[in-house]
This record gives sequence, C-alpha cells and structure tokens, in this order.
Amino acid sequence: MTDPVETQHDPEATRHGPGRILIAVYGVFALAATARAGVQIATKFSEAPIAYVLSAVAAIIYCAATFALAKATKVSRRVATAAIAVELIGVLAIGAFSYAAPDDFPDATVWSHFGQGYGFVPVVLPVLGLLWLRRTR
Amino acid sequence: MFEPLTWVLVGLSLAAMVYAIVLAALNKRINWTLLAVLGVIEVGLLAQLVIGIVQLAGTSRDVSSPFFIGYLIGSLIILPIGALWALAESSRWGAGALAVACLVIPVVELRLYEIWTA
Repeated sequence: MTDPVETQHDPEATRHGPGRILIAVYGVFALAATARAGVQIATKFSEAPIAYVLSAVAAIIYCAATFALAKATKVSRRVATAAIAVELIGVLAIGAFSYAAPDDFPDATVWSHFGQGYGFVPVVLPVLGLLWLRRTR
Repeated sequence: MFEPLTWVLVGLSLAAMVYAIVLAALNKRINWTLLAVLGVIEVGLLAQLVIGIVQLAGTSRDVSSPFFIGYLIGSLIILPIGALWALAESSRWGAGALAVACLVIPVVELRLYEIWTA
C-alpha cells in the first residue's frame, strides 16, 4: 500500500495524514461558529445585526470547508478551495474592519480582530488549508 | 454547576490529549485505553449536563442560559465524532486529530465555568 500523502493526483490524500488534524480543527470551528451564530441570532439579533449575520456567514463557510475537505473528491476539493479562499478574505477584511471601525462591531464575531478571541487560529487556519490543498494537489 | 467535576473533566481531557500526542509521536494508532478514558470523560460530560440544567433551573442569578445549555449539549458530541474520525485513519495522524478533540473539552468547560460565574 502506498502512503496516501505521497500519492500524486489522488484527491483522497486531502483527508489523510496531516489533513486529518486540519479537518478536525475545521470541524471544531464549524461547530463553534454554527452554535454561536445560532444562539446570537435566536436570542439577541437586534443588538448587533451586522456582526451576527457575519457570524452566520462564517459558520456556513466553516461547515462547507469542513465537509468539502473531509469528502476529498476532485469536485469537493474545488469547493474547499473556494470556501477557504473566501474564509481568508473574510478574516482579513473583518479583522481589519473591526480595528478601523469598532463601533460597527459591538459584539464579537469569529473573525473580529483577526480571530483574537480564538487565539488567532481563524487567521492561520485558511493559510494552512490552502497550503494543504496545494500540497495534496 | 458542580465545580469539582469541571476540574476533573479538564484534568482527564488534558491527560487524554497528552496520551494521544504520545501515541502519534510513537507512530501508533489510538487504542482501547484511550477510548476507555474518553468514555469516562463522556459520562462525566453527561453528568455535567444533567447537573448544569438542574442547577440552572434552581438559580436566581443571571446566567446566560442559551449559551450555557448550548455549551453543555455541544460538549457531548465532540469526543464521539473525534473518535470516529480518528478510527477511520490508519496513520498516526488519527491520534493527532483526536488530541485536537480532547483539547476542545477543557476549553468548553472553562467557558461553562466563565458563563456560570459571570
């Protein structure tokens, strides 16, 4: 049996080896972001609608990236690449914007201040994700 | 919420995480010992859920119940999914992925403690 990590042009490689840990971390963020956005929107949406809608968007992107990486087919890898690219743009944009205009973010989203509330993992994760997708191409 | 149980869960989860990292470092798959520890933690989490809901119903303090109950319920699905995800991997990285799941439990317990004592 060949080591899946070394196999070229095998989409399955995405979910094996170090990808296992990457997807586990994505799964944690998918769960955390979904639960958080759900509670925020259900209980206090009017307090900070922009922040909470962005929370929900982040949650959807994390879920898409998690499932697409875990499915590891040719098509799902494209979905994962798109989702993670959007995630990177999102965390950079929201991160910068939350510093520039803090008044528009009365409550935190996952991506506020480049994911400071989550140990800056949100800003590192998409970079690792894209590198991993490139490596398992 | 029952504080001693919180710290026991934090300690056990961190111990399980270290063990999973050791297994990964030794190039081994997860084993029954680790799964048994996770089972004990899971029972503790279930107890925490029951105790938490009973105490939440009985407290007059201002605890954010949606977040509190959300974390209590959410904590239950982490380890089973993590274990299945790890078991389906034939390399050392399965144990590594399970270490990630183990790390989530202390974070959730600390958040619960924060919400309860806020």
